[in-house]
Amino acid sequence: MTQTAEGTASSSGDTVGMAHMVRPGEVDISHGAILYVEGVTVSFDGFKALNKLSLAIDAGELRCIIGPNGAGKTTMMDVITGKTQPDAGTVFFGQTIDLLKMSEPEIAHAGIGRKFQKPTVFESHTVFENLELAMKMDKGVWSSLRYRISAEQRDRIAETLEHIQLESRAGIAAGLLSHGQKQWLEIGMLLMQDPKLLMLDEPVAGMTDAETERTAELFLSLAGRHSLIVVEHDMDFVSSIARKVTVLHEGRVLAEGPMDVIQNDERVIEVYLGR
Amino acid sequence: MGPIVAFFTRLYGPRGWLTLGGFIAVVLFVIPLLRLLPPEHSLHLSDYFVLLIGKIMCYAMVALAMDLIWGYAGILSLGHGLFFALGGYSMGMYLMREIGTEGQYRSHLPDYMVFLDWKEFPWYWAGSEYFWLAVLKVILVPGLLAFVFGWFAFRSRIKGVYFSIITQALTFAFMLLFFRNDTGFGGNNGFTDFKRILGFPLADPVTKTALFMITGLFLVLTLLACRYLVISKLGRVLAAIRDAEGRAMFSGYKTRDYKLFVWTLSAVMCGIAGALYVPQVGIINPSEMSPANSIEMAIWVAVGGRGTLVGPLFGAGLVNGAKSWFTVAFPDFWLYFLGCLFILATLFLPRGAIGLLDRLRRKT
Ligand SMILES: Nc1ncnc2c1ncn2[C@@H]1O[C@H](COP(=O)(O)OP(=O)(O)OP(=O)(O)O)[C@@H](O)[C@H]1O
Ligand SMILES: [Mg+2]
Repeated sequence: MTQTAEGTASSSGDTVGMAHMVRPGEVDISHGAILYVEGVTVSFDGFKALNKLSLAIDAGELRCIIGPNGAGKTTMMDVITGKTQPDAGTVFFGQTIDLLKMSEPEIAHAGIGRKFQKPTVFESHTVFENLELAMKMDKGVWSSLRYRISAEQRDRIAETLEHIQLESRAGIAAGLLSHGQKQWLEIGMLLMQDPKLLMLDEPVAGMTDAETERTAELFLSLAGRHSLIVVEHDMDFVSSIARKVTVLHEGRVLAEGPMDVIQNDERVIEVYLGR
Repeated sequence: MGPIVAFFTRLYGPRGWLTLGGFIAVVLFVIPLLRLLPPEHSLHLSDYFVLLIGKIMCYAMVALAMDLIWGYAGILSLGHGLFFALGGYSMGMYLMREIGTEGQYRSHLPDYMVFLDWKEFPWYWAGSEYFWLAVLKVILVPGLLAFVFGWFAFRSRIKGVYFSIITQALTFAFMLLFFRNDTGFGGNNGFTDFKRILGFPLADPVTKTALFMITGLFLVLTLLACRYLVISKLGRVLAAIRDAEGRAMFSGYKTRDYKLFVWTLSAVMCGIAGALYVPQVGIINPSEMSPANSIEMAIWVAVGGRGTLVGPLFGAGLVNGAKSWFTVAFPDFWLYFLGCLFILATLFLPRGAIGLLDRLRRKT
């Protein structure tokens, strides 16, 4: 394993300088990529939702994934986050972490955060408590029983509340938020987890234009320090943040490249954009 | 002192502690005193009344245990009667040994074993003459069974109605097992005719009063333990699992561990309640494991108000108070009444009696 130029360039600082000394639990991004999906197939009663899907995401990248309904975008996220076991294929987080051998909470601890297509927050808890629950810390039964919030943690939550512009709603039940606010809260919860890779399934659905714009800014500010995979149908939104776009169709990658190239690709227009 | 005071004020506010203090005073002083007054005295409390309150306190502990698992973690168990009965049987085995050779057949074996023509205690009765071992079994038997059952059920991600049905089947299966004479627990008669506990005669009013007080104390401790749990972050995680388990898992919580923990704890609480129940009422038999019994436990919680702890306490009191009156006045109608109560509570009082009180208080 030799040190590569991209490895250093995309380093987040700590272990990349010494590719051979990756600590267990650390994500080894010495080859530049943070996520490898290779030959993944998922069938539901014979129907192939994913069909030998392969894809790699670079560390610090912001990747947009588009595709018509039923293309397999959510299923792909289910596989990466441990919710669905594929019939074939491999999924690696960095060079060393085999995600297919891990449970959902283990994958979350390894540094992958996920926003669901349907916004999912803890509705009977307050906005503050939602963020507190998501915050990165020991999440075992005993530590939860003995946990007391520290001043530092309060500050972190306050910071995130500001970030997602929900300061004034900190004390109300999350179930009372608007759809767009729930989306933001869920994104805030991901940020509290401090993941290396964020996967966001249709994050701007149900948001106002202003909210969508702010979300775009937020994602752009996150890229670099974090890697992001954003699944979206909203083309304007995708154009506003996209660097590299992957088009999924019938469970496999149809095209991949910069947004302007993709937009003019005939096959893409046929299955998706032109309709 | 500071941290200790902070600990207590965190659990309940002044009003809560005052109410709890009042309850403790009544259970530990007022009722025992009135109970021990001479029977001619106009304020003397009857055996029947004290036993009824003692029983209801045991049921109230069960209601707390049910609320923990159902109200907070969202897992509806319809088999908690089993854990209650296992705690009761664990204590009952010891009480049977305390009878000594005073049974009908003057044997060191319980009467039913003599009747079955057994010469020796079966191996699983070993050590049953020791009180400390009985206490240990009260905790371990329901605890272990719940742990093993929960381990498989939660690992297979069995949820909702399926889980409830399996717990019904479990308690039913155990009831059939305990009905058999060969099982060695007295068949359908179960254990009864107890004489002593730790050498104290059970017929003695002082022993009865002491058991009553101990039950009251355990009820208070159980309430405080539950309260500590539900206001901790663990309690919030449980509610998070109830509301959105997927989100909780992707937030890094091993929800299976949490469910297993609270499930086992809840079973142990039921076991303790059963162990306190048996010496007071003087009998334990397999009917405690009947599916209907476990369903009734869920009704106490639904009627009182899920996820409030105090609500289920009231629910247990209310329903059982009504039951003791009904079964005397209109014995044939009790089950209809219970069914109606349950339907009314689910239709009109989603937050139970406590929710109703809350609403009334806000209106005035
Ligand atoms: N659990 C399941 N059982 C059977 N079929 C499923 C299951 N989950 C997904 N599918 C099917 O797999 C295909 C891919 O679904 P998926 O949800 O991944 O699509 P998607 O790209 O996220 O679509 P959308 O844009 O509508 O969210 C669909 O045809 C869907 O019906
Ligand atoms: Mg989808």
